[in-house]
Amino acid sequence: MASSAGARPSGSSKPLLALAIVIAALPLALPNNYTYEVAILVGLNAIVCVGLNLLIGYAGQISLGHAGFFGLGAYGSAILAARYGWPAWVSLPVTLAAVALLAWAIGRPILRLKGHALAMATLGFGIIVSIVLATEDRLTGGPDGMAVPPLASFISGEKIWYWLVGAVLVGAVWLARNLIDSPRGRALRALHGSEVAAGALGIDAAAHKLSAFVISALFAAAAGALSAHYAGFITPAKASFLHSIELVTMVVFGGMASTFGAVVGAAVLTTLPQLLTVFKEYEMVLLGAVLMLTMIFMPRGLVPTLERALAATRAKRR
Amino acid sequence: MLLRAQSVGKRFGGVAALEAVDVALERGAVHAIIGPNGAGKTTLLNVLSGIYKPDSGSISFENQELTGKDPHHFAAAGISRTFQNLQVFFNMTVLENVMTGRWLHERCGLASALLRLPARARAEQACRQAAAALLDTVGLARWADARADSLPYGALKRLEIARALAAEPRLLLLDEPAAGLNPSETRAIDELIRRTAARGVTVVLVEHNMKLVMEVSHHVIVLDYGRKLAEGEPRVVSRDPRVLEAYLGTEACST
Repeated sequence: MASSAGARPSGSSKPLLALAIVIAALPLALPNNYTYEVAILVGLNAIVCVGLNLLIGYAGQISLGHAGFFGLGAYGSAILAARYGWPAWVSLPVTLAAVALLAWAIGRPILRLKGHALAMATLGFGIIVSIVLATEDRLTGGPDGMAVPPLASFISGEKIWYWLVGAVLVGAVWLARNLIDSPRGRALRALHGSEVAAGALGIDAAAHKLSAFVISALFAAAAGALSAHYAGFITPAKASFLHSIELVTMVVFGGMASTFGAVVGAAVLTTLPQLLTVFKEYEMVLLGAVLMLTMIFMPRGLVPTLERALAATRAKRR
Repeated sequence: MLLRAQSVGKRFGGVAALEAVDVALERGAVHAIIGPNGAGKTTLLNVLSGIYKPDSGSISFENQELTGKDPHHFAAAGISRTFQNLQVFFNMTVLENVMTGRWLHERCGLASALLRLPARARAEQACRQAAAALLDTVGLARWADARADSLPYGALKRLEIARALAAEPRLLLLDEPAAGLNPSETRAIDELIRRTAARGVTVVLVEHNMKLVMEVSHHVIVLDYGRKLAEGEPRVVSRDPRVLEAYLGTEACST
């Protein structure tokens, strides 16, 4: 049988199980609260990246503004909870619904754009969001940020948050993989493969790009809201252009069109800066060097490259 | 009449790629579009599949007005096609390419896709089997799980046909299905076209290989400089002096 990496038999649940086991076993290797904090941060970024990967990796559409959706999710839930006294279990889903509606309204006109033009439009959206969050200080507290009430009285402390974020991440990966192996997922991948052929098969390109955009915005907003309630405090930095770029970098580094690549990308690029702090002022230089070398030697990204290498060695052994 | 295109015109800048072309396709026959290079054959196929919107004229399919609609509406109406320059989904496996072809016949809500509800899982299995059966028909069954980009050229041509057939079209447009193929591969395409037509699918074929055209088609349309030069049965058209002139030049005919 001629089979190669990336051509996985769809619907396999083994990788998902492996992810759940890693998340379940990881606390054994986490010595203190600080490491839990890093793990939670990895999980939150991974949730965004799994969603963003549907848009960038599978549907082939760029977004440089997803930190905007992250920020809207964070501030939306925070403002409803802090300023209006809504319980978080109401403010969070209401915020997600509002972000979905907004993503739909914004996505409809801008997803007609392609390539650089789409990148600029999404970039513009992200910048508008971060400016609004920084200037509407009566609601958002301005550049200084605002305090956020907890999700619920019994959800506090790093350990509980670790399990919560871990569970949401497993759920996000499960949803994304289900979508990818469905006709809708194939329609998305078809747009990336050949938009003209997709159209000739009856696939409405605009509608499917829009649905990927809205789903990825929802993943980002959910992670944003969780991060706000977890940290108890947010600043507009989370919605900044820089954060958008970080998220795209994680997806590309981990491997486009690979759901686990997005998770690995988030894990590596969230923990690496923490590890590199021992190099003090050279931290950013080293991070940049790692990124450049990865892209030169593994242009497909980390996980797809490793998958191919593994498949090649297996084929040799046979 | 299955498809009727009336007085279709299409210009690119100052060049008239198609001018007042009428096409009437009868149900269940194999139609061929021939003509010298640059005659407008592929442009006509692109107009008939909605990829180009004509500047003038109208297109109706099974009495449904399709003029000015997007390609996915043409597909939904029952028109499927292959491409001269391959448009395979190289980011998928061979089987997934054909499964994607079944899009119009898959009922798939967003919730059922995300949650992989039991009905969705069963439908997925059925889709997989239908696609595998089609791969078998075009002789690609053993490549099912390979990535599409690992296939040789001739196999990719057949993959595009399998993907187009997966949509269960009533009209199948083939843009140079035999281009770049060796004689035995061409015979396989010939056979595939006959079997498809025998199942009641109307086929339109743009092709340079005259042997293939004469063998499989019932009706030939000759284009030259964007105009319809002649049409009719292959044997009649091939003796038409205007057609010979277009292909060979005036002097070659007169001597």
